[in-house]
Amino acid sequence: MRPAELIPQGLEIGAALAAAPLFLGWVNQCRAWLSNRRAPSPWLPYRNMRKLFAKDAVLAENASALFRAAPYIVFSTMVVAAGIIPSMGTRLPLVAASDAIALVGLLATARVFLSLAAMDVGTAFGTLGARREMMVGFLAEPALLMVIFVASLISATTALPAISEHLATQTLRLNPSLAFTAVAFTLVLLAENARIPVDNPATHLELTMIHEAMLIEYSARHLALMEWAAALRLFNYACIGFALFIPWGVAAGPIGPVALLLSIPVLTAKLACAGAGLAVIETLSAKLRVMRVPEFLATAFLFAVLGLLVHVLSRS
Amino acid sequence: MAPIPLDLQLLDSCAALLLLLSFAMLSQRRIVSLVNLLAVQGAVLAAATLLLAWRTGQGHLYLSAALTLALKVAFLPWLLHRLIRRLQVYWDTEPLLNISGTMLSGILIVVFAFGLAQPITELASTTMRSAIGIAISVVLLAFLMMITRRKAMSQVIGFLSMENGLFFGAMSATYGMPMVVELGVALDVLVAVLVLGVFFFQIREQFDSLDLHHLESLKGEPR
Repeated sequence: MRPAELIPQGLEIGAALAAAPLFLGWVNQCRAWLSNRRAPSPWLPYRNMRKLFAKDAVLAENASALFRAAPYIVFSTMVVAAGIIPSMGTRLPLVAASDAIALVGLLATARVFLSLAAMDVGTAFGTLGARREMMVGFLAEPALLMVIFVASLISATTALPAISEHLATQTLRLNPSLAFTAVAFTLVLLAENARIPVDNPATHLELTMIHEAMLIEYSARHLALMEWAAALRLFNYACIGFALFIPWGVAAGPIGPVALLLSIPVLTAKLACAGAGLAVIETLSAKLRVMRVPEFLATAFLFAVLGLLVHVLSRS
Repeated sequence: MAPIPLDLQLLDSCAALLLLLSFAMLSQRRIVSLVNLLAVQGAVLAAATLLLAWRTGQGHLYLSAALTLALKVAFLPWLLHRLIRRLQVYWDTEPLLNISGTMLSGILIVVFAFGLAQPITELASTTMRSAIGIAISVVLLAFLMMITRRKAMSQVIGFLSMENGLFFGAMSATYGMPMVVELGVALDVLVAVLVLGVFFFQIREQFDSLDLHHLESLKGEPR
C-alpha cells in the first residue's frame, strides 16, 4: 500500500463518517414532511451526538468490560465496513482487500457484540432486544448473502468493487433477476437497520422495540458512538445497494483525490434519492407484529432466490 | 455476449413476473386480492402471448391472446368477485401450512420444476424454450396452493392459476396448442367455474361454510 493511496481511502472513510448522521437526519426530515409534521433540522443527529459526548457516562453496577468495549468495537467495525464498500471509488486499497462475504461477516460481528452487550447488564429489555435482533439477523443474513450471490453470479466474482465495475459497464437491459434482488435487498435493508415495517426507530414503546431496547442501558459517549454506528450502518447498507444496483458514477480505475472528489456529487444525489425513497416506504407501511417479521424476511429471501433462479434460467 | 433483443427481454420479464405472481398468490390471505392477482396473472399472460405472436408472426396466437384477455382478465374475475359478494366470503382462514413454510417449499418446487424442464428445454426449438421451467413451476405452485388452502374459493382460484401455467407452458414449448384444443380448454374452464359456482351455494347451504374440511365427514357414514 503506497502512502499516496491512503489519502483517497481516508477521504472515503471520512466522508462516510461525516455524511452518515446527515443521511439519517435527511431521512427523518423527509418522514416528518410526509406525515405533515414540522420537520426537525437534518443536523439534529450531530447536535444530539455533541450533547452526548459532553456528558458523563453512567454505567450499571454489574456492567463488565464487554459492555464498555462494545460501543468502540461496533463503531470500528462500521468504520472498516465503510472503508470496504466502494461508495466513491472502486480501486481503493481497503476496498480491494476483502470481498462481499467478508463484509457480511463484518456486519454480523457488529451485531453479535451489540447483542452481547445488551445482554451483559441483565435487564429484561436488553435481553429481549438482543433476542429479537438475533432473530432478525439470522433471517436477514441468508437473504443478504443470496442477493450478493446473484450479483456475483452475474459478474463471476465476489469482490464488491469488481461486481460494481462489471455491472456499471454492462449493456443496459431489462434484467428481472436484478430487479428481484433489488427488492430483496430493500427488504433486508429495512429489517437490518430497524426501519419501520420491522422496528420503529423513533419509539421507546417497550413491547415493540428492537434496536432501542439494546441501547437502553447506554449513556453519554457510549450512546453517542452506538447511535453514530447505527447511522453508519444505514449509510453502509445504502452504499452496498448503490454498488450493486446503481453502480454508475463511481470513480473506476486507478484514481487520485480529484476523481474521488468528482464522485461526491453523484453519491450525494443517490443518497438524497435513497433517503427520500426510504422515507416514502416507511410512511406508507405499518409496523409489523414481531411474529410477522419472519414472514417479511422469508419474502426477502424468496425474492433473492427467485432472482437467482431467473438468472440461471435466462442463461440456459 | 450478444445483446438480447428488446422483445425477448420483455418476454423473459413476463415469464419472471408470472412466477412472482404465483408466489404472491401463495402468500395472499385475502380472497379479494387473490382474485385480483389472478386477473393480473391473466393480463401478463395475454401480454406475453401478444409479444410472442408479434415476434413469431403466428396468427392464431393473436386470437388466443384476445381469448385470454376476455376470459381470464375480464369475465372470470368479474364472476368470482360477484360470487364473493353473494357468498360474503372475504377472508380465507389461516392456510394449513404457515406462509413462510409454504413459500420455502415453493422455492423447492421451483428448483424441482427447473430440473424437470431441462430435457424438454434441450429438445424444444422455440424462442421461449427457457420459460418452460417457469410454466411448470406455475402449475406446481398452483397445485401447492390448492393443497394448502381449505376454502373452496381459493381452490378454484388455484385451479385457474394452474390453467394459466399450462397455457404458458404450451405457448413456450410449441407456440400454443391448436385452436380447437385451445377453444375446448377455454370452454372447459368456463363451464367448470360456472358449475363450481353452483356447487359453492350447495356446499354452503349444507354446511353453512365453504370449508372443504366438512366434506370429509360424509365419507363412510352409515345412514
